[in-house]
Amino acid sequence: MKKKVAIIDYGLGNIVSAQQSFIKDAREHNLNADVVITKDVETINNSTHIVLPGQGAFNSCIEGLKSIDGMIDSLENNVLNKKKPFLGICVGMQLLADEGRENGTHNGLGWIKGSTKKLKPNNLKLPHMGWNNVNVINKNFDMDFPIDNLDFYFVHSYYFDCFDKKNIIATTDYDLKFPSIVGKENIYGVQFHPEKSSNQGLRLINSFLKL
Amino acid sequence: MLKTRIIPCLDVKDGRVVKGINFLDLIDAGDPVEQAKIYSEVGADEICFLDISASIEKRKTMINIVAKTAEHVFIPLTVGGGINEIEDIRALLKSGADKVSINTAAILNENLIKDSSQRFGSQCIVAAVDAKRHNNDWIVYSHGGTKNTGIKVFSWLEKLQQLGAGEILLTSMDRDGTKNGFDLELLKKSTDLLTIPVIASGGVGNLKHFEEGVTKGGASALLAASVFHFAEFSIKEVKKFLNDKKIPVRIN
Repeated sequence: MKKKVAIIDYGLGNIVSAQQSFIKDAREHNLNADVVITKDVETINNSTHIVLPGQGAFNSCIEGLKSIDGMIDSLENNVLNKKKPFLGICVGMQLLADEGRENGTHNGLGWIKGSTKKLKPNNLKLPHMGWNNVNVINKNFDMDFPIDNLDFYFVHSYYFDCFDKKNIIATTDYDLKFPSIVGKENIYGVQFHPEKSSNQGLRLINSFLKL
Repeated sequence: MLKTRIIPCLDVKDGRVVKGINFLDLIDAGDPVEQAKIYSEVGADEICFLDISASIEKRKTMINIVAKTAEHVFIPLTVGGGINEIEDIRALLKSGADKVSINTAAILNENLIKDSSQRFGSQCIVAAVDAKRHNNDWIVYSHGGTKNTGIKVFSWLEKLQQLGAGEILLTSMDRDGTKNGFDLELLKKSTDLLTIPVIASGGVGNLKHFEEGVTKGGASALLAASVFHFAEFSIKEVKKFLNDKKIPVRIN
C-alpha cells in the first residue's frame, strides 16, 4: 500500500530536512511513499502517517497548531480514533503531554500523561545540545527501535516528564535520565531530531514508515 | 553522555568552496554540497558554511546551496556570513539550514538576536564573536575582524546569552591561522561565564589542541577549517584521539 506521510506545517523554521529524510529513506528502501509538508486538514485526513515537528517554545508551538482551523480536531480524529501512526519530534513530542511549563503553564494535546519541565543539570550547559546516546528500555511496541545506545542529535532545554513509566521507550542521560522516546499504541515521540541524526536517524524513520 | 562535537567549517565564496578537501574521488571539489556530503560520511557532527561573498547578489546562491545540501546531508547545518536581518534568517531556515550564525549584524542591532530567537527559537541562533587580546582583556571585532568595536568580550558574551543566543561561536583572532592552539584563557573564562554552549574556533594545529579545547577550555564543540581541508588529519583521527583521552565523542 502506498504510504502517505503528512508533515504538519504550522509556521516553523526548518522542516525541509524532515521531509527530505523521509523521502531519502523511502527511496532507499523501495517504499512507495508520498511525503508532503502540509497544513491542510483534508491532506491530513487522506494520510497514512502523521509527523509533528516542533521547534522553539512549547506555548508558541501549541498556539501555532491551534491557529489553524480544524487542525487539533483533525489530528485527534486521525490519531486517536483512526489510530494512524504518529511521530512527534522534539517539541512535537513534548506537545503530547498534558501540559508544558515553558513561559507559564500551557495545555498540551494530552495524549500521553505527563508534563514538560525544564532540565536543571548541575554544571552542564543548557540547551542540551549535541549528540547523546539513547538507551532503549522497553521493546513492547509495534515500532522497532534497532538503535540501542546509538547517538542522536538533541537540542532542547525542556523534557517530557512521563507520569506512566510504561510509556517510556528510551531514556537519555543529561545529569537526569529523561525520556528520549515515548510511546502509546500508535503514538510515538522522540526528543531528538532523527532527521538530523545521520544513518541512525534514517533507521528510526524507516521503522516508523514500516508501521 | 553528551558528546563533544567536531565541526568542519567551509568558506564559501560566490557559491564555491574556497578552502576545501582535495579528495581525488571528488567530482567537483569546489561544490559545497559534495564537500558537506563527504564530511557527513566521515563523521562530522555538524557542518558550518561561512559565506564570504562580497556582494548581496552573490549571497543569494547560498539559499540554493543550502536547499541542495538538505537533500543529501542529515546532520545539523549552520550558515553564517552576510546575515543582516530577520528575513535573511527566515529564508535560510526555510531552505533547510538548522542554525544561522550572526556576527556583525548583532553588534549593529542587538534586537536581531532577541527577535530572531523569540521567533525561531534559541536553538537556531548562534552568536559568532571575533575576539582579540588587548593588554589583559579581549575586545570584540566586527566586519570580518577588520573593525575594533571597543566592546569588551565578556560583557558582550553575557549580553548575547541574555538576548537569547542558543550558543556562542568564539574565534580568537590572535590564534586564527597560527596553528598554535586555541586561546585557552579566553575560552576558559568564556565557558565559565556562560550557561549556553561555546564552540571554540581559531588556532587548532595538532590533535593535542583539540583535547585542550575541552579539558582546559571547557568547549562544548570544536570548529576547525584548514586542518581538515588540507587533510593534515581527518575527523576520524581527531575523534579517535579524543576517545583515547576519555573525552566522549560520537563514533557511531
